[in-house]
Amino acid sequence: MKEPTPQEIRDEKIWQSLGLTEAEYEQICKTLGRLPNYTEVGMYSVLWSEHCAYKHTRPLFKLFPTTGERIIQGPGENAGVVDIGDGWAVVFKIESHNHPSAIEPYQGAATGVGGMLRDIFTMGARPIAALNSLRFGELDDERVRYLFKGVIAGIAGYGNPVGVPTVGGEIYFDRGYTGNPLVNVMAVGLVRHELITRASASGVGNPVMVVGAPTGRDGIAGASFASGELTDDSEAKSPTVQAGDPFVEKLLIEACLEAIEAGAVVGIQDMGAAGLTSSSCEMASRAGSGIEIDVSLVPQREPGMTPFEIMLSESQERMLIVPRKEAVERVKAIFAKYGLPAVVVGKVTDDGMIRVYNGPNLAAEVPAKSLSTDGAPTYVRQAKRPAYLDQTQAFDLSTIPEQTDYTTDLLNLLDSPTIASKQWVYRQFDYLAQMNTVVAPGDADAAVLRIKGTKKGIAVTVDGNGRMVYLDPYQGSLGVVAEAARNLVCTGAEPIGLTDGLNFGNPEKPEVYWQLQQSIQGLADAARELAIPVTGGNASLYNESSGQPIYPTPIVGMVGLIEDIDLRMTSSFKDTDDVIALLGWPGSELGGSEWLKLKVGEPQGKPPVINLGREKALQKACLAAIRRRLIKSAHDISEGGLAVCIAESCIQGNLGAEVQLPWPGRIDGLLFGESAGRIIVSVDPTKWEELSELAASYGVPLVRLGRVTANKVVFTCAQDQQVVSTTVASLKKAWEQALPKRLG
Amino acid sequence: MKVAILVFPGTGGEQDCHYVLTEVFGLEAELVWHTETDLRRFDALILPGGASYGDYLRPGALAKFSPVMGSVIKAADSGTPILGIGNGFQILLEAGLLPGAMLVNESLLFYCGPQKVEVVKDRTPFTRGIAPGTLLDLPIAHGAGNYFIDEAGLAHLEANEQIVFRYAGSNPNGSVGAIAGVCNAAGNVVGLMPHPERAVEALLGSEDGQQIFKALINYWEAKK
Repeated sequence: MKEPTPQEIRDEKIWQSLGLTEAEYEQICKTLGRLPNYTEVGMYSVLWSEHCAYKHTRPLFKLFPTTGERIIQGPGENAGVVDIGDGWAVVFKIESHNHPSAIEPYQGAATGVGGMLRDIFTMGARPIAALNSLRFGELDDERVRYLFKGVIAGIAGYGNPVGVPTVGGEIYFDRGYTGNPLVNVMAVGLVRHELITRASASGVGNPVMVVGAPTGRDGIAGASFASGELTDDSEAKSPTVQAGDPFVEKLLIEACLEAIEAGAVVGIQDMGAAGLTSSSCEMASRAGSGIEIDVSLVPQREPGMTPFEIMLSESQERMLIVPRKEAVERVKAIFAKYGLPAVVVGKVTDDGMIRVYNGPNLAAEVPAKSLSTDGAPTYVRQAKRPAYLDQTQAFDLSTIPEQTDYTTDLLNLLDSPTIASKQWVYRQFDYLAQMNTVVAPGDADAAVLRIKGTKKGIAVTVDGNGRMVYLDPYQGSLGVVAEAARNLVCTGAEPIGLTDGLNFGNPEKPEVYWQLQQSIQGLADAARELAIPVTGGNASLYNESSGQPIYPTPIVGMVGLIEDIDLRMTSSFKDTDDVIALLGWPGSELGGSEWLKLKVGEPQGKPPVINLGREKALQKACLAAIRRRLIKSAHDISEGGLAVCIAESCIQGNLGAEVQLPWPGRIDGLLFGESAGRIIVSVDPTKWEELSELAASYGVPLVRLGRVTANKVVFTCAQDQQVVSTTVASLKKAWEQALPKRLG
Repeated sequence: MKVAILVFPGTGGEQDCHYVLTEVFGLEAELVWHTETDLRRFDALILPGGASYGDYLRPGALAKFSPVMGSVIKAADSGTPILGIGNGFQILLEAGLLPGAMLVNESLLFYCGPQKVEVVKDRTPFTRGIAPGTLLDLPIAHGAGNYFIDEAGLAHLEANEQIVFRYAGSNPNGSVGAIAGVCNAAGNVVGLMPHPERAVEALLGSEDGQQIFKALINYWEAKK
């Protein structure tokens, strides 16, 4: 194919098919003072895509609190870095791979893991854990089952052989995600302070090297693809989904870390979305320098590739490295040991330009800053409160008749795939690799890893709740941050940093933009009030299929620090006759709950109101109780409410419970309401007094609900009526069989 | 005693083994890259778990061509204790140092979790002093741990007492005879799918794996 000329690009509006708007094309012409050629238009089109440039979200990111005494690196790098003491820091970030996973679930998810890991080890950190946040349609749909199995296989097929344990995550099933599943991956790394490395091309005259896998034609302009809505012909775009090679990734991890440890590296950047274009321009613009490269020197997998293709390829498992001038041979030797190419393709310059040569011919010449995130246009759209809210918020609970027995409802909730055991999933992940996993997936509200050579541990979690955010983006988003923090606290960890993954529909629609605005405001307010800095994140917009946006789904990945790993907590009940109690404020809000979904299908009502002041006090009280060894289990009340929370603690401990609900009101709300700010704890009776005093000193209510028993699970209401009566074995069966029986 | 931990491209468990040998047991251990061709300075070899060569073709099928394997075979012949864990076991099978072959798990899915493992044979350097019938809690994590051997081969294994470990309770992957680990005829080369190195600290859930490494230490002490 012959490339179009600059004039043809203008006259035939070829920029349009690359995803640029007319105004953006004109801005490029103005910046360059001439018509851009095909390679240049291509470079702008991928870097100015929503996926790379955050055109709609960047103005809103200013709302996030990003500083704190532990923050070593906030937003703007490949990943955030937070100090955990003893000379160690944790590096973490979340990223989405929604569009590729909707088309080709195995490779979409696999390359999502690969890209996320590269963002971690490019900071000099060894990846020590991966988590995932997944959303699919309902499992009664055959294609959903295909997508679900493919995504899980892809995560396992990539994460296991690279030797990074997948230690946790969350999975939701809801019709709102049928055509557009969400696949968000979070990775966590560990690094000595002195080895933290940044993606900056500094030192004029320093060489620029391409290392790792050779470049092919796969994934060309994938970032642009990911910045459009999924349509019926999206499957024809499957060539834009890249294929991952975990073996090369594993070699790349070892080689990069070895080169960084050898002190050979000035700057290093993953070639992810927008490949060589983004890595070179981001590295140059961060350093205020320029980069000159000759694409004919880039190792290529296929013959006859054009500069356009080489610059835009998203072939996986590649890195751009700026080594110290005298360390080039050292870097080559290290990569040769692992059988990986490492080739000098250019050098750092001082004029701020990205200059692309193809042999002797100049193929592109653009100012790095203009290409980078800082140079890309930003958009503040018109926001409009969606009309559906009038209907959902007017929902009247009294239309649902009250029942005398809720045993079946409890069993049905445990059998709902969103709440049910995810053992079928995490058994496919090597969650024990690297020998740090202290609390395995499913044993607590967050995964806990020890830090070898110290007394410390970290807890990690990912959380979201699209239905709640759909029903009230602001309150729902407050709730997401509050819940993630509560999950960490329930393991004995103090939250120290968060990364956000924003999954929304098309922001050009005023209703979607309103959701985005409200949601980010909520995330930011909660993060500020709970004093958890945001260290970076990811935005995935245009998540729509057949014109229908997904539920607005912000995901929060959070890391917490446990100073003494012996003082960690799990969610299972431990011994009979322990007191079961509610720490926190009683509540019975059913809006947006899993129970209401069972009853009415569509999301209805108003989500629980979040009181951040109370949330803060509750979390402090819970942490203090764990550190003073006053409680034996802690489990956050979330999906399915108090009854499901207690049922899960029973199942995990293989024990029963006798619970009396001391409050008036609708029984369904008391059992299954999802009001926030509540933690179920179990307590040795001899510690009850001391725990009561502690709770009171934090101004947090502590309500005695009952006791742990051998195997019967009974709830009675204030009028002494039995409202749930079953056994732990029945609960366990429903909870454990839910996924296997649907997946066959 | 000086132990070599062999590292092939893609191996992932070398740091785990190194940590256990040096930090937990205070032994001398060295990570040895697969291009090494002389292993005579080592008293024992460990082939750790992971995914050498990405498990491409078949797990272990490519690693057997690594330069180091010639000296592994020599060490095996000269009676050096050699332990293959997970992928290391698969490599020893592919190299013909142990009998049998590995298929993908019966479920066709990767499987990670705790597992009860019965020690069948105590006359190997890695089980010395562990009474046959002892049950150990050792985690497993593999996609291709479905041990296969034909009937004649199985009869031969049983007759020669080459079955070292069996899965107890449930058979997690469909292995013939619930076999979790075997040894060569001489008994110095042992391979197993469970991961004893991941079960040496109470903090991580089980200390039963310690017995395997203590057995090696006892074997070495007795030999001196």
